[in-house]
This record gives sequence, structure tokens and C-alpha cells, in this order.
Amino acid sequence: MAKKESTFLNMFLALTLVTLVSSAILGYVYELTKEPIAKAKAERQNAALRNVLPEYNNDPVKEMYKKAVDGDTLYFFPARKDSALVGIAVETFSPKGFGGMIRLMVGFLPDGTINKIAVLEHNETPGLGDKMEASKSDFSLQFDGKNPKTFKLSVKKDGGDVDAITASTISSRAFCDAVERAYKNLDLTKGGAQ
Amino acid sequence: MNQWKNFSKGLIVENAVFVQVLGMCPTLGTTTSAYNGLGMGLATTFVLLMSNIVVSMVRNFIPDKVRIPAFIVIIASFVTVVQLTMQAYVPALYKELGLFIPLIVVNCLVLGRAEAFASKNNVWAAAIDGLGMGLGFTLALFMLGSVREILGAGSWLGFKFIKGDGMLLFVLAPGAFLALAYLISIMNKVSKKKA
Repeated sequence: MAKKESTFLNMFLALTLVTLVSSAILGYVYELTKEPIAKAKAERQNAALRNVLPEYNNDPVKEMYKKAVDGDTLYFFPARKDSALVGIAVETFSPKGFGGMIRLMVGFLPDGTINKIAVLEHNETPGLGDKMEASKSDFSLQFDGKNPKTFKLSVKKDGGDVDAITASTISSRAFCDAVERAYKNLDLTKGGAQ
Repeated sequence: MNQWKNFSKGLIVENAVFVQVLGMCPTLGTTTSAYNGLGMGLATTFVLLMSNIVVSMVRNFIPDKVRIPAFIVIIASFVTVVQLTMQAYVPALYKELGLFIPLIVVNCLVLGRAEAFASKNNVWAAAIDGLGMGLGFTLALFMLGSVREILGAGSWLGFKFIKGDGMLLFVLAPGAFLALAYLISIMNKVSKKKA
């Protein structure tokens, strides 16, 4: 077959056909993967929730409520066991990380005590700031079982109670900032009243 | 044309990274570990193989003046397919590679093969060429990722063999340039000896 001439009609037809076929294929693949993508996302969220909350048997994602603060959104996930509130997980953030946004999942007990913290997303320097991940150092474990009422959520350099990660004060500050934001906006009566 | 030659030239003699020095953006950006390098390489290989096949199939039907936009649309479609599939079935790897997956579209290696080879050869030869070039690219990324992970994190494919951190420089951006430079110079030394 000879090569098509570059006439206006030929170019128009060729490009139209190529884009049409491509979009049809993409639409099909999108439909095909829509469900697994949503499932993978929910799976990740559930894993983080189970990690930071005490045992529960409701669906915290269904009872989730949001609160817009500081130009972003906090997500609250109340956890219940036999309809009694056993904790609230807060998906919180801090824009002050060394590499930008940090997202954490903080689990609170009904009295405001921090149960456990999981890092969802960060861009900190490997080997320094990334020690905030529980798998890399014990930094995030020092918050477990502490109540922010008596435990001041800032690094020792700033007069708080938190041992900063060595050589990563900025990352540690951002971590505290995120936890503090979650605690400040936590309304424990709201979760219980529902 | 000898098909074996078509395939093997991408692996060593015309290796995209070590010899042609194409596709540097993902090469330097994603090779923080052997696993990431392998994932990025295989994703690119898939796009390269499929786009080479399709471009070769439609090469007589696309007028010359609009061939570049047509090729780009074809390549972008396959990249999006890869992106959606990875998001659905390997979310952890997708999170790690993030932005670099959509950037496969502008990897000059992919368009380069479409323009220089697939648009002038039959489907079978184009497929072989795409596979060879892609696997060569994967091999290079895997090697670079391995070197950086072993030196920088003291582990390989996630298995740690020293306690604590390695030479962190190699996981950070400058380490990519250093490791790549040494790998290229070693490749040059070896290939010179043969000739």
C-alpha cells in the first residue's frame, strides 16, 4: 500500500480516526479498572485505620465526617465496638515538611489520648526525615499513649516534650504540627453523640 | 533482516541508557531502588512494544505531515492504560513511581523508536525492536537501581544486609548522576576491549 498523501482531507481523517480509536480503548480500560482502583484505595485506608485504632466492629469509613481547616481538609473516622465509641482516627496533614506535604493518620482514644500514629504520605529526605515512618525509627512511637493535654506537642528545642529526629528538626516539627492540628480540631463529644 | 540482531542491539550495542543516553529523566529519577528501576523499566517496555506494533501497523495510513501527533496519541493511550492498570493492581509501586508513569509519554526513547524504526519497518520487526530496546532499558535501570540501593541503603530488592543506612548520597539525586557515570564508563571500557 502506498503512503497516503498529506492532503487536508487525509490528515483530518487519519487524526480523527486515531484519536477516536484511542479514546474508545481508554474508556474501556477506565471502566475495567475503576473498581479495582477504588478497592485498592479503600484497602489502604482500612489498613491505616486498623493500624491506629483499638479493636472496633463498625465501619468508620461510612461514618466519616470532614472539617475544612487551614486550606485543606481533616477527615474524622469514629470507631465503635458494639455502638460504644472506642476511638477516633483523624487523617491530618502539615504543609511544613522539608519536602512539602505530610499526611498522617492519628488514632485517638475517647479521652483524647493518642493511641497510635501512622504516616500515610511524605516526601522527606531518605535517611533523615523519613525516620518518621514507624518501620525506620522509633520516633513516631513516643506519641503512643500520651495525652496532648499534658504532653506538649512540639519538639524539645521549641519547649515541647517531643524528642526530634536527629538532624531533621524541620520534619519533626511538621510531624508535631500535623498531630497538633488533629488534636485541636478533635471534638470527642461529636463522635459520641452520634 | 536478521531478527536476532534487531533484538540484541537494544540490549548492549545500542543500549538506550548506556550508549544512546536517551530517557534520562526516568533513569535518574526512579532508580532509588532495584525494584523501582525494574518496575519503571517494565512499564516502559510494555509501552514501547505496544506503540511500536501499532505505529508499524498504521504507518502507511498516516500522512507524513501529521505522523508525530498521531504517534504521540498512540503512545499516550498506552501510557494511560499502564497507569490505570498499575493503580489498580500494584498501588504500592504506583505510589512510588507516581509522576514518572505519565512522563513515559515524553520519554524520547519511545517516540524515537516509533519515528526511527517502527514507521519504516514491518510489524514483526518493530515488535522485536521494541522488546529489545525496552529490555535493554529495563536492564540499565535495574543495574543502576541495584547499585544505588546496595550502596545507599545497604539492601537489595528490599532485603537488608547491613544495619542502619548506607551511603545516603547514592539514594539522593546526586548519587544517580555518580552511579550512572560510573556504569557508563565501565560499559565503555568493556565494549572497547571487545572491539
